[in-house]
Amino acid sequence: MANVTKNRANKRVTPTNEVLLEAEHIIKYYGSEQKKGEQRVLVLDDISLQIHSGEFIAILGPSGSGKSTLLRILGGLIRASSGMVRYRGQEVTGPNTNLALVFQTFALFPWLTVLQNVELGLEAQPNLSRTQRTKRALAAIDTIGLDGFEDAYPKELSGGMRQRVGFARALVVEPKLLFMDEPFSALDVLTAENLRHELMRLWREGRIPTKAILMVTHSIEEAVSMADRLVVMGHDPGRIRAILQGLPLADRVAKTPAHEELVDLVYTLITQPDEDAAQIVAAAQQQGAAEVKSEPKAEPKPYQALPHVKIGVINGLAERVLRAGGREDLFVIGRELQMEIDDLLPIIEAFELLGFGEATGGDLVLTDEGRRLAESDEQADKVLFRDQECQHIQLIRQIKEALDAAENHEMDETEILEQLEEYFSPDEASRQLDTAVDWARYAELFAYDDEAGLLYLEDAAPVGNGE
Amino acid sequence: MAQVYLPERTEEQNRPQRGPIPSTTRDTTRAQNTPPANPVPRQPGLADVAVIVALVGVVALIIAGAGRATAHSVDTVISLKPTILPLYAGYSLLRMTLAYILSLVFTLVYGHIAATNQRARTIMVSLLDILQSIPILSFLPGVVLALIAIFPHSSLGVELAAVILIFTSQAWNMTFSFYHSEVTLPLDLQEAATVYRLSPWRRFFRLEVPFAMIGLVWNSMMSWAGGWFFLMAAEQLTLGTRSFRLPGLGSYLQTAANAGNVAALILGLGTLVVLIILLDVLFWRPLVAWSDKFKFEQTKSSDAPESPILDLLRRSALLENFTMHVVQPLQERCNLLMDRLMPAPSETVTADGDAALPRRLTAGVIAGWAVTGLLVLVALVGVFNALKLLVQVPLPMWGQIILDGLLTFLRTVVTLAIGLAWTLPLGVKIGTNPKWARRLQPVVQVVASIPATALFPILLIGLLRLPAGIEFAAILLMLLGTQWYMLFNIIAGAMAIPTDLREAARIYHVSGWRRWKTLILPSVFPYLVTGLITASGGAWNASVVSEYVQFNNKTVMTHGLGALIAQSAANNDLHVLLASTLFMATIVVTINRLVWRRLYNLAERRFRLD
Ligand SMILES: Nc1ncnc2c1ncn2[C@@H]1O[C@H](COP(=O)(O)OP(=O)(O)OP(=O)(O)O)[C@@H](O)[C@H]1O
Ligand SMILES: [Mg+2]
Repeated sequence: MANVTKNRANKRVTPTNEVLLEAEHIIKYYGSEQKKGEQRVLVLDDISLQIHSGEFIAILGPSGSGKSTLLRILGGLIRASSGMVRYRGQEVTGPNTNLALVFQTFALFPWLTVLQNVELGLEAQPNLSRTQRTKRALAAIDTIGLDGFEDAYPKELSGGMRQRVGFARALVVEPKLLFMDEPFSALDVLTAENLRHELMRLWREGRIPTKAILMVTHSIEEAVSMADRLVVMGHDPGRIRAILQGLPLADRVAKTPAHEELVDLVYTLITQPDEDAAQIVAAAQQQGAAEVKSEPKAEPKPYQALPHVKIGVINGLAERVLRAGGREDLFVIGRELQMEIDDLLPIIEAFELLGFGEATGGDLVLTDEGRRLAESDEQADKVLFRDQECQHIQLIRQIKEALDAAENHEMDETEILEQLEEYFSPDEASRQLDTAVDWARYAELFAYDDEAGLLYLEDAAPVGNGE
Repeated sequence: MAQVYLPERTEEQNRPQRGPIPSTTRDTTRAQNTPPANPVPRQPGLADVAVIVALVGVVALIIAGAGRATAHSVDTVISLKPTILPLYAGYSLLRMTLAYILSLVFTLVYGHIAATNQRARTIMVSLLDILQSIPILSFLPGVVLALIAIFPHSSLGVELAAVILIFTSQAWNMTFSFYHSEVTLPLDLQEAATVYRLSPWRRFFRLEVPFAMIGLVWNSMMSWAGGWFFLMAAEQLTLGTRSFRLPGLGSYLQTAANAGNVAALILGLGTLVVLIILLDVLFWRPLVAWSDKFKFEQTKSSDAPESPILDLLRRSALLENFTMHVVQPLQERCNLLMDRLMPAPSETVTADGDAALPRRLTAGVIAGWAVTGLLVLVALVGVFNALKLLVQVPLPMWGQIILDGLLTFLRTVVTLAIGLAWTLPLGVKIGTNPKWARRLQPVVQVVASIPATALFPILLIGLLRLPAGIEFAAILLMLLGTQWYMLFNIIAGAMAIPTDLREAARIYHVSGWRRWKTLILPSVFPYLVTGLITASGGAWNASVVSEYVQFNNKTVMTHGLGALIAQSAANNDLHVLLASTLFMATIVVTINRLVWRRLYNLAERRFRLD
């Protein structure tokens, strides 16, 4: 570590044209094909990406769009179902030996001290003696600002300090590729800022021998302020919607108009998953060269998927937006409620599904129903939800109809689950049902007995008359 | 999964369960980052059938081998001199240690293979599941006879039988715990191990074993306590006129009882208790305190277990130097050597279900097939033998077996009821009073590790004088072997009742029976079921040594399946021995599946406090 630092002290790292890592037509399915009845799920659909030497790339996208999966395929940790990954032109068939990985959960070994954790990566290098190993580990610990904590156990450290250990462990092996999966999202804002800053300093000043950095993140601002290129991914199936050129260095940290524009553009892209990415980018008049995949108009999904959002959240946000005049910038909402785009997205989806609001141009706009929801009292809310659910939510409508038709007004949940499992994985199917039950219960449409797994109609008086 | 619970609660880690037949597996916390692997989502299937067939075969082979045993006994003369006690204690300890090491090695190897080898997994897990449900003592006569047939003119057969018996009582729960830890290894740590290219050897000792450590240590303690129970029984086995004694504490106690030597009895028992306490203080507690660092938690817990002995060791400069200059370099050498033998896989991709590599015909695969073939052969020969023996059992005898099974069943029910009647109030009392709980728990733990089998000779002196004394004795002996599980678990359950719930109960004046019904019973229920399952298995097991006792060269017995097993072994009545052993195993497995597993699932679903 130390000698490296000296040799490269004055070289500034900038993106070059040399292709370091390359993914070609990556397709990834989860779920086995052999087992009958279990559908395989398409997680990544035809991903191609080139990472150049000297580049810092950020991957953004809604939860479940396959960011982590893509990262691991690129690192050789998971094998793609088809397609190819090349490192310096050579096909990657196993874990890339030039790779270091930083985890959101830190992934430190709790039974090893800080020093032992950092030494871990060096243990695989047989030509290093024990003393050399310790020396290098200590140097890395020093560089990352952990000296004094060598003999502490991870559980004695704060989150920020733990992630420093994570970085030290990654950097001590002098990796050519540094991959990070949401490295800062478990940290508080200030700590994250501090650590980001230090990483960028080491990287920009060429004090680490790393050739390229790939970071998955939820935070759009973080991505914009760090990356040379931004890969925006989409959902269902996971795919690249746009690859945006990052800002010039000067614009990255400061809150310049260019910075805000780019943040807004990414927000818009992510919050409007069904719009054509090319149009959005064109509309934003982003002059930088952006590779955008023009997509055919999204075909209707085979079955409506419910976002897993609680009723209270919908009510709360509706009131919040109404106070702002019925229209509010999503970016502002996110910052105020300390929600990343990922937490916000399902809520917006719920608004759109239930017809309470719409996301347009990076704003959330309430519909008439949405306004009524925000204004009315609890009982009227229930009626509103009831109407909207019956009208718009396929699963709830279907259950309700079946219950109305059934003689004793009950049905076994397995019937519904079996049907859902044609479109969702078993886990997701039961989550779908849970969400539907949660919504329907609030609207007093039907009830559910968890013990017996029974859905049934309550013979209670209909709501709406007030009590 | 009849008797295995893999609870996901944190406090579970400290839930003590000890005693003769440790058939429960508690387990470490699940990390949040656990892979979506569902470790054992099984319905009884083909694998179970295969396993059962194979087991019946092996049992039959053992018993058939037993038939060839010559009738002479292996009877060491046991001295009652007090000065010989340390030596006897040493012998007993040695047997225990050997068996424990065997169990530990088995655990690591079996658990690792079961967790990593997709193909072997189903069979291996079924096998474990069934093995741990079988009342092991019912095999004792068969195993001893068979091993004596193999080593006729020495005590080696009996020694081996003792070690194997202890092993069979120790291994299963440890293995289950290790297996479960292996399949719940947090994905991010696995990935870290892969990215930083740990060799399989280092991965095993840096990641897999440490992650399993807490569960392994607790299960080891349980197993060790269980081991005493079987050791005592194995050292003093008498079958009819033949007696098989090994020099040790168990045989000392038996001999003293036979001679009516009360002083020697008390001395022997005292030695045993002192030995157990010493081991607890000098070995197990330091081990528990040391293993605390393997707890998979994000923050330091405030009430970490402590041990003055461990503190002493940690402060010793001598030991530190020794570690630094001898142990660590040796470790390093060993690691390097193993790295060379098993290099980190450079070309394989982490298992992810659909990325299976094409199978190559390696030595491993061939060996696997060879072993499978051998097992199939053994199973077939065994089943053939079993059938040959079983057709000789006359029809009225089957009636007798079933009737006896019913009697023993009733006895176990009475035992559990009595045990519950006193442990529930007391356990709740202790558990809801933190001060008491802290003070009494270690005491209860030590008391519970005193093997009931060691107390048998003493109790029998008094009880057999009563009319129908053997009935009392049988139930009392079974109770002794089982009540501690209940007490432990109830204390742990009561301790786990959240303070806010208790306060809420007080504020809303919930008291008396209502307090029991709404607060205490539901909170304790999952723990209670855990205790009952173990206790039930323990009671069946103990029936073999408690329904049929030999004392002062007399045989006293009552009717029951345990008595039938012991008697047929004594009379060399092999077909009845086989039939009743298999029948008992069947009953226990059936009860586990039909009653206990359901109750346990109910407890998990309904009454989880988290
Ligand atoms: N081992 C697996 N088996 C089956 N499905 C999986 C597996 N790992 C991930 N998935 C599914 O693949 C999809 C993509 O997962 P992935 O973790 O890559 O998404 P992500 O973009 O990183 O999401 P997040 O932002 O929540 O981390 C998800 O729908 C997930 O449920
Ligand atoms: Mg992810």
